[in-house]
Amino acid sequence: MAAEERLRRTMMFVPGNNPAMIKDAGIFGADSIMFDLEDAVSLAEKDAARYLIYEALQTVDYGDAELVVRINGLDTPFYQNDIKAMVKAGIDVIRLPKVESAEMIHTLETLVAEAEQTFGREIGTTHLMAAIESARGVVNANEIAQASDRMIGIALSAEDYTTDMKTHRYPDGQELLYARNVILHAARAAGIAAFDTVFTDLNDEAGFYRETELIHQLGFDGKSLINPRQIDMVNQVYQPTQKEILTAQNVIAAIEAARQKGSGVIAMNGQMVDRPVVLRAERVMRLAKANHLVDSEGNYIEK
Amino acid sequence: MKNKVARDIPDDILAATQRQVFNGVDYGHPVTQRVAPKVRATTGGDKIVASIDEVVTKTVADGMTISFHHHFREGDYVFNQVMRSIIDHGYQNLTLAPSSLTNVMNDIVVEAIQKGVVTNITSSGMRGTLGDAVSHGLLAQPVIFRSHGNRARAIEHGEIKIDVAFLGVPNADDMGNANGMDGDAAFGSLGYALIDAQYADTLVLITDTMKPYPNTPASIKQTQVDYIVKVDAVGDPEKIGSGATRFTKDPKELKIAKTVNDVIVNSAYFKDGFSFQTGSGGAALAVTRFLRQAMLDHQIKASFALGGITKPTIDLLNEGLVARVMDVQDFDKGAAASMKGNRDQQEIDASWYADPANKGAMVDKLDVAILSALEVDTHFNVNVMSGSDGIIRGAIGGHQDAAMAKLTIISAPLVRGRIATIVPDVTTVITPGDAIDVVVTEVGIAINPKRHDLIDQLSNVPGLPVYTIEALQQKAEAIVGKPKPLAFTDRVVALAEYRDGTLIDVIKAVKD
Repeated sequence: MAAEERLRRTMMFVPGNNPAMIKDAGIFGADSIMFDLEDAVSLAEKDAARYLIYEALQTVDYGDAELVVRINGLDTPFYQNDIKAMVKAGIDVIRLPKVESAEMIHTLETLVAEAEQTFGREIGTTHLMAAIESARGVVNANEIAQASDRMIGIALSAEDYTTDMKTHRYPDGQELLYARNVILHAARAAGIAAFDTVFTDLNDEAGFYRETELIHQLGFDGKSLINPRQIDMVNQVYQPTQKEILTAQNVIAAIEAARQKGSGVIAMNGQMVDRPVVLRAERVMRLAKANHLVDSEGNYIEK
Repeated sequence: MKNKVARDIPDDILAATQRQVFNGVDYGHPVTQRVAPKVRATTGGDKIVASIDEVVTKTVADGMTISFHHHFREGDYVFNQVMRSIIDHGYQNLTLAPSSLTNVMNDIVVEAIQKGVVTNITSSGMRGTLGDAVSHGLLAQPVIFRSHGNRARAIEHGEIKIDVAFLGVPNADDMGNANGMDGDAAFGSLGYALIDAQYADTLVLITDTMKPYPNTPASIKQTQVDYIVKVDAVGDPEKIGSGATRFTKDPKELKIAKTVNDVIVNSAYFKDGFSFQTGSGGAALAVTRFLRQAMLDHQIKASFALGGITKPTIDLLNEGLVARVMDVQDFDKGAAASMKGNRDQQEIDASWYADPANKGAMVDKLDVAILSALEVDTHFNVNVMSGSDGIIRGAIGGHQDAAMAKLTIISAPLVRGRIATIVPDVTTVITPGDAIDVVVTEVGIAINPKRHDLIDQLSNVPGLPVYTIEALQQKAEAIVGKPKPLAFTDRVVALAEYRDGTLIDVIKAVKD
């Protein structure tokens, strides 16, 4: 699978027809920036938005952020041109909306590979992700997640999904319980990332924290966001505690000690450290670094 | 002749104005002589005058210097009433010397210039139609722009000799005891007007609220006042407050404000008893909010907050996080309303605030100042006066003065729309780069290379990217490109003084 281990806590939506927001999208520290050619852009502006994103990707410095574009769906006349333009632009990830089957990913993959060939881009370097927005998509989450080596993640899109389920969103999120768990398991089984849905009420900070804490507890990589102000809030929820950081540092020191001794067995406080503990420690240190809780040498910064 | 910031000040201007060129931010310890106003003795029976027309004919003569304050900002009713009377009476060759000019005054000033009523202007700044007219050469004599501290200095030393000051006040008694704290148009501190009250030969108060004698606290005292005119209203309370009164929700402004806070908190100045000035506007309010949280987190309290005051700063005072508010003007109703009940909110005049020729000004004790900019250049020089089209659209305000702080932070976006903020050379130098320590943008900060201490303190803060100012300028240019140079004529339309009265730059007429 293409999902190299990187932090994907925050995937910020940027309307593809808004030059000011496109220009500034890189300054807020989002792990992923998702330029939207789909729902945010009216029919009359589809071509203009595609050109705008294409040019922005050539000229604007987005730092280390993973760059994603949400293209228009398979059933639209914009689908193929979106793919060509974004592959040519060198986008990191193409996000396909309303995915319901592995077949849709296969079709996308074929067109992406053709575009890579056409524009001289190394085959396989354009990654894919799927947004799951319907009951059918949830039911087929496993095959979608495993549909291609290019897949880096799947995302729940709750607005369409709850409509399909003949319900709507509630503050406690019970209506999403099944879909969240299915998507999360499909992602983990495929070794790719799982993204939770957007939270649209910008004035309900408490609700946003409640939902983010829930999906953090479940094990999601992160969340799609509609406003840069939500980035710091997500990062705060995902931030490791001082105790977690100190434990992780001990684990990493133990790995280093074992490496120097040439020993294959890692031990800490007289107990063997197994692989899950090592992986968790590495993730904690990545999060600590991203949250500026440790300095460049990995030492905890006292607040 | 080129000055210390490499601006060419024409020799004929130096000769005509008898001024020196700017030669550095250090004022030194010169001994100077202040002037004293004329005093017409009275026991008070003749102070109440029936109308503005009557007081104008009693006090004004051709060639005089008249002054106003700008504490009513865009809600000012006094300036227009007085100027209408002066124009209608046909006076000529007046020098207009207000503390600043707001948009609501523009049309009548343009009219007064066109009719020869006003032939000289000194002000903190100007905007809109007036700035545009001056930049197109409407006024024969160059306007002189002075900071608030410099205006106080110039008045004390007779460089501005006020013949008649027309000061609108929200209340007064029949002898002229007045303050800014009560009445429909209360605006709080009378800071800028207090200098006029002290040094004008003739002082006219204009008020809409008469108080029983003796009116206290008396910011302006009966010993200074010649005449009092009662009018229906001195100002529109809804328009007196300036700028944003709510925290910004703009994510870019928030990001800049948070970075400003990171700079302060990680500097050596952030310790118990520190002092700060934040200014007005949505971003300044956001800085105040971040700073509040940082003070709570680190259990640090400030000894004073200085300058133009906003409600969030008053909240810090009431919360015990700030010991004193030293208040030269109030930007919103909340700050204005709290002054009368709060003895720790001290009204200060512009001289106490910022005059360099003093036996000590508040800005000399200031640790941290957060200031804005229209442009900053790669020498850290700041322009707050002329726009990207070369037209006058700003004010020095307290910029040069507060920049005397030990840590002066310029908070500005890298670009505004299609216009770069960080540029190779500013259009007009107002505050010299030697007074600027850190520039904060949404992409990162630049530290004045002369400040080795700050470079040490701020270079290894996780999440605080430090660039050279040249790198920031190039980032801006990469986004917006290189603009065509502005075209000016040779005609000087305004002089920008530094706070010591030397010439830091001149502004020329734009070529259309």
